[in-house]
Amino acid sequence: MMAKRYLGTFVIFAGIVLAWQMLHLLGGETALASPAATAVKLVALFRSDMFWGHVAETAKAFTFALVLGILGGVSLGVVLGLSRLSSAVAGPMLVNLYSIPKVTLYPLVLLCFGLGLAAKVAFGVMHGMIPMTIFTMNAIRQMKPVLLRSSKMMRLTPWQTASTIVLPAVMPEVLSGIRLGFSLTLLGVLIGEMFASKRGLGFLVTNAMNLGDTETIMAVAVLLTAFAVTANGLLINLGSSRHR
Amino acid sequence: MKREAWIRLLIVALFVLSIELLCRTKTIPPTVLIPPSDMLIELIAILRSGELNTDIVSTFGNILIAALIVAVLGFAVGVVIHAFPWLRSSVEPLLASYYAVPTFMFYPVFIVLLGVGSAPIIAIAVLLAIVAMITATLDGLDRIPGVLRKTARMYHMSRLRTSVLVELPAASPYLFTGVKLAVAYSFIGVIASEFILSGSGLGYAIAYAYNNFENRKMYALMLLVLLAATAVNSALNAVDSRLQARQLR
Repeated sequence: MMAKRYLGTFVIFAGIVLAWQMLHLLGGETALASPAATAVKLVALFRSDMFWGHVAETAKAFTFALVLGILGGVSLGVVLGLSRLSSAVAGPMLVNLYSIPKVTLYPLVLLCFGLGLAAKVAFGVMHGMIPMTIFTMNAIRQMKPVLLRSSKMMRLTPWQTASTIVLPAVMPEVLSGIRLGFSLTLLGVLIGEMFASKRGLGFLVTNAMNLGDTETIMAVAVLLTAFAVTANGLLINLGSSRHR
Repeated sequence: MKREAWIRLLIVALFVLSIELLCRTKTIPPTVLIPPSDMLIELIAILRSGELNTDIVSTFGNILIAALIVAVLGFAVGVVIHAFPWLRSSVEPLLASYYAVPTFMFYPVFIVLLGVGSAPIIAIAVLLAIVAMITATLDGLDRIPGVLRKTARMYHMSRLRTSVLVELPAASPYLFTGVKLAVAYSFIGVIASEFILSGSGLGYAIAYAYNNFENRKMYALMLLVLLAATAVNSALNAVDSRLQARQLR
């Protein structure tokens, strides 16, 4: 079964590469670099110091944004989830915030934070924090009431209740929230870099777009996709091992 | 209205009012943010003058087209994936991490393939939104109670009649959740592509105003986007929660 599953995923990957190659043949070199050319470019990028500088820049902004987003999102979710009223009030507002196109608020972020790292981090947090808040809040609302009753019976302090009962109980949902938040934070940071930065992978891509350098665009896209899919897989595994 | 809705309204009103106050007292300088009332006045002026009407119409048209494509195509793909378990088990890990792929990077590809104009924007929005619809379709098909299919078999219903009369209605609340997400993501996809990459539409108008330091216009248009997104999402959410409630009964 396991082997069959991996075979399926492999077939899907092969299909994607094939479709990519077809699109390349259809659109020509100016539209889309071929998979082979992208692989060559990726290796070349890996060897250049300039590229690692951009990666480090993006990684720094992403790490800050993710840590801030998780801390802010989970704690806000816990606070809002503790009472039925506050979660009923906040729920639709959060969903609405989640579904507005936040890119349009970018000028406001720039005016508040200026160009540079702070703006990128803020943009990443804006994208990633809300789903984490929503997931944590819903998880706490759906927690079995008996858990809280027993914590009351054992006269745990609020802090003990939060750390030994609430957090372990909501962990699977929080991890799903973090999974979604992870992807969106990365997206936010990259979009931030795309038009308000002179460094980072987002800048590299915008630059390549302006030059019509599809090899670099595809190389960075492949790299980011691989990173995101791997991180996601790890988080899924972490979640399912906790379930048991 | 329910109590929660009133509290929500109060919070939003207080928020807007405090920003208004901070702006009027110049605690927030007008170069950073203009008072919300000014945004509204400017927005009404823009709408009345009609200077941006073509942009606004094209943006909302694109969102509508993208959402329709996503709803139909996502449903079809979802049905196909659901029909083949082996396909599903190999695609699902990819679907789960799909949102980490920065879709906007593929804009130049679409420009060359589809030409300049609305088509590449719609393509980006479809790319961004389709997985939500596929996932919702899979979810809906999974949750059709087995007893319904058994009943259909007892009545000797044909495969087609079972699908249309039994399975589709049973899955419809989940499908609607998918449509809701399709609209929300199409909104984000269209406006973000216009903002970052394109040369027309509402998103572009905001970017253009920003680059030319036309703060009033920029904030008026941002307000329009916020209001439109809120209105559409609230309407869809209301229908959604009604459908979910029906399911519970």
